[in-house]
Amino acid sequence: MDISEIISIAWNGVTSNKLRSILTMLGVIIGVAAVIMVIAVSAGTEASIAAQIQSLGTNLLFVTQNFTGGPPRNPATDTQNGLFYPDATAIGTISGITGVETERTASENVKYGDNTIDSVSVVGTTADFPTVRSSPIGEGRFIAQSDLDQKATVAVLGSTLATNLFGSADPIDQKVIVGNYQLTIIGVLAARGVVGGTDYDARIYLPITTVFERYTPSQFARVIGDRVNTIVVQVADQSQMDNTVLQIKLLLAQRHNLSVDSLPFTVQTQSDVITTQTATTSAFGTLLAAVAAVSLVVGGIGIMNIMLVSVTERTREIGVRQAIGATPNDIRFQFLAEALMLSLAGGLLGVLVGVGGSLIFNATGISATVIVPSSILLAFASAAAVGIFFGYYPANTAAQLDPIDALHYE
Amino acid sequence: MDSEKIIIELKDLSKVYKMGEENIVKALDHINLEIHEGEFVSIMGPSGSGKSTLMSILGCLDHPTSGQYFLDGQDVSHLNKVQTALIRNNKIGFVFQSYNLLARMTALHNVILPMVYSRFKKTSHAERDKRGRETLEMVGLGKRIHHLPKELSGGQQQRVAIARALINDPVLVLADEPTGNLDTHSGEEIMDLLHSLHKRGRTIVMVTHNPETAVHADRVVHVRDGVIAKDETDHNGVLSVIP
Repeated sequence: MDISEIISIAWNGVTSNKLRSILTMLGVIIGVAAVIMVIAVSAGTEASIAAQIQSLGTNLLFVTQNFTGGPPRNPATDTQNGLFYPDATAIGTISGITGVETERTASENVKYGDNTIDSVSVVGTTADFPTVRSSPIGEGRFIAQSDLDQKATVAVLGSTLATNLFGSADPIDQKVIVGNYQLTIIGVLAARGVVGGTDYDARIYLPITTVFERYTPSQFARVIGDRVNTIVVQVADQSQMDNTVLQIKLLLAQRHNLSVDSLPFTVQTQSDVITTQTATTSAFGTLLAAVAAVSLVVGGIGIMNIMLVSVTERTREIGVRQAIGATPNDIRFQFLAEALMLSLAGGLLGVLVGVGGSLIFNATGISATVIVPSSILLAFASAAAVGIFFGYYPANTAAQLDPIDALHYE
Repeated sequence: MDSEKIIIELKDLSKVYKMGEENIVKALDHINLEIHEGEFVSIMGPSGSGKSTLMSILGCLDHPTSGQYFLDGQDVSHLNKVQTALIRNNKIGFVFQSYNLLARMTALHNVILPMVYSRFKKTSHAERDKRGRETLEMVGLGKRIHHLPKELSGGQQQRVAIARALINDPVLVLADEPTGNLDTHSGEEIMDLLHSLHKRGRTIVMVTHNPETAVHADRVVHVRDGVIAKDETDHNGVLSVIP
């Protein structure tokens, strides 16, 4: 009994009931495809998060307020634990820092002449925005420190917004109405595209101080003051990152009258942020892959079920084969090969479906996917293992049959 | 035609089935039997006589409870599953009442199947094919080698089964009611085929409950209640009892 004979017998077995074989394989196909696609989606998400964070700019530090437990605090009185705009200004005085940027956003209607655009994202920011966010100015100038100091009623447009409002006309020095106030356009940013899920080109940029004063509802302003969520710091020299992190912490500790150890702020480098984000996604991805793997096991049980049926149906055949000289191993290998063939064919089709599905997901924009070659190997090998594991018991049952009983089975 | 060479020798052979604590069935009770090379022997007996058990033991499908069975000089009474499989493959050709061909294989493929399972004679595809064709020609089915069993008549299917039994050149052909499922005419044809094999020196043991079939053999062994009741040898058409 050589390999080619075993394969040919197994092939005969599999093709004898095609519909049943296909239905049996379906479990494995779905399992393998699910594993590959889940891993591809999770890898794609990780990659796009990393790309988004990279595209923010280089040599960046992110200062954020911690999510803390304990009883709720009154934000109006709790000045110790919040990040404020003056903190950003203070950080800017640390040596070796080339830029500090922080934002307060709002949403307002923007009107130029008869042309009104609803719900435009209004970004109050600082003078260092173009450097820190790698979004240089296209025409005119960006917000200057003097604009911030004077809470000037000036604005810079994103390139798409500029085109939508002014068409081909020059927007510089034109007046637009943003919400209830009239602002003067001083510049237009160069096209930047979508960064971190946000379209930089569709926003309007104002001095952050102007937003604090004019675009924050009064009750809200009373409660939170000049609070900001994130302060982004650009460091001149990559090698000075750790040192700068420490300096920022010391400064914040001093300003908030706290010890460095109890500081309710986190200072993270770009790679820290990427690591944290991808760790979260990959943990979630692992969980999903495990769920997908369960369906592979269910597929294996399907194979076992149908192999047991097949052994029962072919008891007589087994008896004949035994009578003419098949050894228990010959019979065992025959059924094992059949189970393996079902699972491998299912695995192969599953790989095709999984890879195809991942590509379609990516192409249609349902989700960014990156096909991980090792996931294909893993899924396929699991399918083979499932075939052997769940095929062994039925094959062994067949091999152990008594030839006389098998021959007389009706 | 008989030679001195003994193919089957049963010595004090018993088979006992325990059906429960108290209920013991002696299917075969201390049987002694010798069959020489080239003999055509019928084993006859009503159902429940023990002839099926005898057939199973002769075919190495079952083990005796006690006693010995020598097949072609080798004690095969207590071999393991693998060893008995090899003996069946190499030394015994089975012909069953219900043909027992594999339904989805052609006549040729059915015939060469024992060669596929053979451990002793490694054969190439071409050799098997050639051998299979020759054997099918010998049983008169040279033109139907690629037919499936369902495309053949009962008689033809039994011929395929006989070809399969012969393919590994066994020392013993064991036929269990070979004409039981056939009409009279086909049955006679099968008996003629067995006769011609016998004339060419094959050792054939045929189990039957039908006296008309049994008389085709030149020796009839009657089994009743687990013992050999009568052992007749036919010389010139007259059955005589061996003392």
